[in-house]
Amino acid sequence: MGKFLARRLLNYVVLIFLATSFAYLLAATNLYPRGYFEQMQPPPSPEAVNSQLDALNLNDQTPIAQRYVTWVSGVLVGDFGKTIQGGDVTQEMWLKAGVTLRLITVATVLGSAIGIIVGAYAAVRQYRGFDKAATAVSFFVLSVPTVVIALSVQVGANAINDMLGFQLLSYSGEYSAGFQGNGWELFLNRLHHAILPTLVLAVSLFAAFARYQRNMMLDVLSSDFVRTAMAKGLTRRAALFKHALRTALIPTITYFTFTFGILVSGATFTEKIYGWHGMGAWLIDSIFSHDVHVVAAVSWFMAITVMAASFLSDILYAWLDPRVRV
Amino acid sequence: MSTDTVTTTDAAPGERADDAPVLEVSDLTVTFPGLNGGPDVRAVRGVSYTVRRGEVLGIVGESGSGKSVSSMAAMGLLPAHARITGSVRLHGQEILGLDDRDMARLRGRVISMVFQDPLSGLTPVYTVGDQLAEAVLVHDPRTPKGRARERAVELLELVGIPNAEQRYRSFPHEFSGGMRQRVMIAMAMANNPDVIICDEPTTALDVTIQAQILELLHTAQRETGAAIVMITHDLGVVAGFVDRVLVMYAGRPVEMGTVDEIYYGSRMPYTMGLLGAVPRMDLDRQGALVPIKGTPPSLSSLPPGCPFAPRCPIARPECELAEPDLLPIGGQPPAETVRAPHDGEAAPAEDGGQGAGGHRSACVRSGEIAENAWTARDIYPVPEIPDAPASSVRREDRPEMLRVRDLIKHHPLTKGAVFKRRVGTVHAVDGIDFDIREGETLALVGESGCGKSSTLMEIMGLERPQRGTIEVMGQDVSGLSRAKRFELRRDMQIVFQDPMSSLNPRMPVFDIIAEPLRTHGVAASEVTRRVYELIDLVGLNTEHATRFPAEFSGGQRQRVGIARALALEPKLLVLDEPVSALDVSIQAGVVNLLEELQARLGLAYLFVAHDLSVVRHIADRVAVMYLGRIVEIGDTHSIYTRPAHPYTQALLSAIPIPDPEKERTRTHIVLDGDLPSPANPPTGCRFRTRCQKFITLSDREQEQCMTVEPQIRATDGGDQGAACHFAEGRQAV
Repeated sequence: MGKFLARRLLNYVVLIFLATSFAYLLAATNLYPRGYFEQMQPPPSPEAVNSQLDALNLNDQTPIAQRYVTWVSGVLVGDFGKTIQGGDVTQEMWLKAGVTLRLITVATVLGSAIGIIVGAYAAVRQYRGFDKAATAVSFFVLSVPTVVIALSVQVGANAINDMLGFQLLSYSGEYSAGFQGNGWELFLNRLHHAILPTLVLAVSLFAAFARYQRNMMLDVLSSDFVRTAMAKGLTRRAALFKHALRTALIPTITYFTFTFGILVSGATFTEKIYGWHGMGAWLIDSIFSHDVHVVAAVSWFMAITVMAASFLSDILYAWLDPRVRV
Repeated sequence: MSTDTVTTTDAAPGERADDAPVLEVSDLTVTFPGLNGGPDVRAVRGVSYTVRRGEVLGIVGESGSGKSVSSMAAMGLLPAHARITGSVRLHGQEILGLDDRDMARLRGRVISMVFQDPLSGLTPVYTVGDQLAEAVLVHDPRTPKGRARERAVELLELVGIPNAEQRYRSFPHEFSGGMRQRVMIAMAMANNPDVIICDEPTTALDVTIQAQILELLHTAQRETGAAIVMITHDLGVVAGFVDRVLVMYAGRPVEMGTVDEIYYGSRMPYTMGLLGAVPRMDLDRQGALVPIKGTPPSLSSLPPGCPFAPRCPIARPECELAEPDLLPIGGQPPAETVRAPHDGEAAPAEDGGQGAGGHRSACVRSGEIAENAWTARDIYPVPEIPDAPASSVRREDRPEMLRVRDLIKHHPLTKGAVFKRRVGTVHAVDGIDFDIREGETLALVGESGCGKSSTLMEIMGLERPQRGTIEVMGQDVSGLSRAKRFELRRDMQIVFQDPMSSLNPRMPVFDIIAEPLRTHGVAASEVTRRVYELIDLVGLNTEHATRFPAEFSGGQRQRVGIARALALEPKLLVLDEPVSALDVSIQAGVVNLLEELQARLGLAYLFVAHDLSVVRHIADRVAVMYLGRIVEIGDTHSIYTRPAHPYTQALLSAIPIPDPEKERTRTHIVLDGDLPSPANPPTGCRFRTRCQKFITLSDREQEQCMTVEPQIRATDGGDQGAACHFAEGRQAV
């Protein structure tokens, strides 16, 4: 078992390295940081631009292989280079990562938990009222793009606030600008700001999970082992809970971890709309500013999260399903 | 309704408490409401039976006869939308209509069940032992965990799982099918129930494993003294195992009696047909099987009269008027009463057959059948099968259709996702030789995993084998060009096992049969003529040509498959378990068709099967395979009457015969354990680990079995040969 996971981990390290390298090479050859500096007012001299680019290891006159080697040797010691403005990428990345992870962790756990419960129950009550309602709601949510949901919620929150005359629901930023306070107050303030974006993310996750879990559950509901469990004296409810749900959860867990990894970049819209300066928003901004190192760093981070998610799903899978244990 | 039964039981004078029925089912009906406004499916329509302590009742019927559904209803395991009426009493207590909580308290404690498919019957994510302990704990949550665990180990030992203590922690996927069925039986026995319902407990298992499980069920019955309800379609299994038999057809019991009454004096044409349709392993020249024409009626649109009337050879007009009740032989109302207009159920209401009530039959002509002592052959038209023209020529003088020499097929066993490395070899086929002459049938038999299907696929591939040679019509296939290989395929066609999935559901029958002709460039007008000729040849009607496979029954689909295989006039037909997916009454028709086609067209068959009864019926020669090797080969008569290899003997001995008298006097050779893994076959003789003879040998002789792999040697100077150092012919059937 340990060997199996170690081998998996090694595979992931190789994959992450390759993915990040490709992202760097793609960004380095296609983005045009020189243009960023040439556009400055007043236009700097070509020598100044060159020295600036050299300092940042972004000069397109240096061979790409050489730039790559410089970058990689930095990455190996944990230095992802400088942003185009001269800031430290590594430092900034952890800040942004914190923002994104805070946002999506709660949202995925909440959305998937509710989705799993609703989906499993809907399967048990197939074609009954609850199932039909759950199906209708999830399809409605699935068919509306996240952007629309995010904006609608924002508009709704605004209307409620107007109606009440004070700000019940906060819909912009991570915390109130210029907020001063001790740890506990800061926490409450952040929580206040997190409610709506978390809700938006959780709602769309809930819909996907409800559908997925319903299908998984339907697959095992009629299986022979549920019947066996009932035949030995379990009530239907106990058999469904202990035998059917337990088995039907296995594929969902895998799905869950993947969703988590993918959300790191998938929460972009929500981040932008609610003014959270997270990873997704950062990536979009850096492409516009031709910031090669940020693009590569964000790619690295996303690769890490996807791989970590998938590693986690392997462990969970092995824990839940004895058939894959070696 | 319940009162009258209770009084009957109470009133019976001098009855010991032991004699009181444990389970009484009366007038049970199960209806599944039709989906989307479709007609209701009336799966069970009035089943009544009783079982006493220690008694074994067999419920026999083909698929869709309602035998499983009725017992699931008794267990309270049917989905909530099923409408159930009637009465099920356990120790006199009505249990139909109990809520799930009360029912759960009885399930597994007083009444328990063993299901058909052991592979999917255990929850894959819990250990076998925990699932077994759960059966104990659920009825007595106060039992200490350790005690439940001990009991589970004890049960595993009781059902013959070796190293029970260690195997407690195994997961279901680490057990073979036979072992999983043992666990299921252990689970059913866990709380010493009073009734065990066994729903086709051996259908999914190989014959040698089936013999083990049947023996185990005997043990279980002895241990618990429970009443057993044995549900099966296999008339052989029932013959030696049960006391009384209930035959079901289209959701209703049509005949009931002691096992001897049913097997030797059936008074219901359906039962008679069923018994006549079974190929017999113990009879040498059985003649054509009795086919029952047509198919069982749809349970959502039943005819008004006797449901069997449309298929019955002795049906009368009054059979179509009303459904006959299950009454004592000759006790049916005369034809005039049936014809008379019904005035409010004047006929004496069926008394539910709750008394063991002797031999009963639901046929208006049962009295007539008894008087004339008719048998299946008297009432069913049995086809005449002409003798094959080739059979007059000596075997050695007939041309070879197929010869296989020293064929092997090894699959590498690999590990690793990115860098695959070989960690072993599965010896699927490991050096086999045989030949098939014109107009003869060679049957390749063996249990699952013995390599018979791999052999078949190697032959059908017409590629160069890993080792050895394959010659078709005298041509070595290893050096064939593409064009030649394509040409050779005309002469060799295959019929697959599962007629449900082997025909393209989106093609009409005409196109299915025409496809090989078109592929081989036959002219369009010729195609049409030939397709209709084939449809006629396999006993289908012209109007079937435009229909799709889904509109046909299993037997008809297999006929379509045979027609397709025959389209190119092959000389050799490879039959891969062609009848194993079919019900007995349908199977007989297909077997007869195959025999008739062989005689008329002079075909040679390579018949792959696990059912040795069908093989005895159809094959001229038999090759018995075990772990990739042929262990015995020879003419059918010699193999079945004097098998020389211990495995053949065990195999033949394991098969139950549909003859209660014979079955009671037989002693079965029950092999130990399961088939070893073909990735790691035993040294020397591969069968030695399970061999019943090996144990009786001296140390020196055992040494030989362990080190020297036996080769096939002629055992009787004739065609028969066995790969055993100590082969000796003996009777096994």
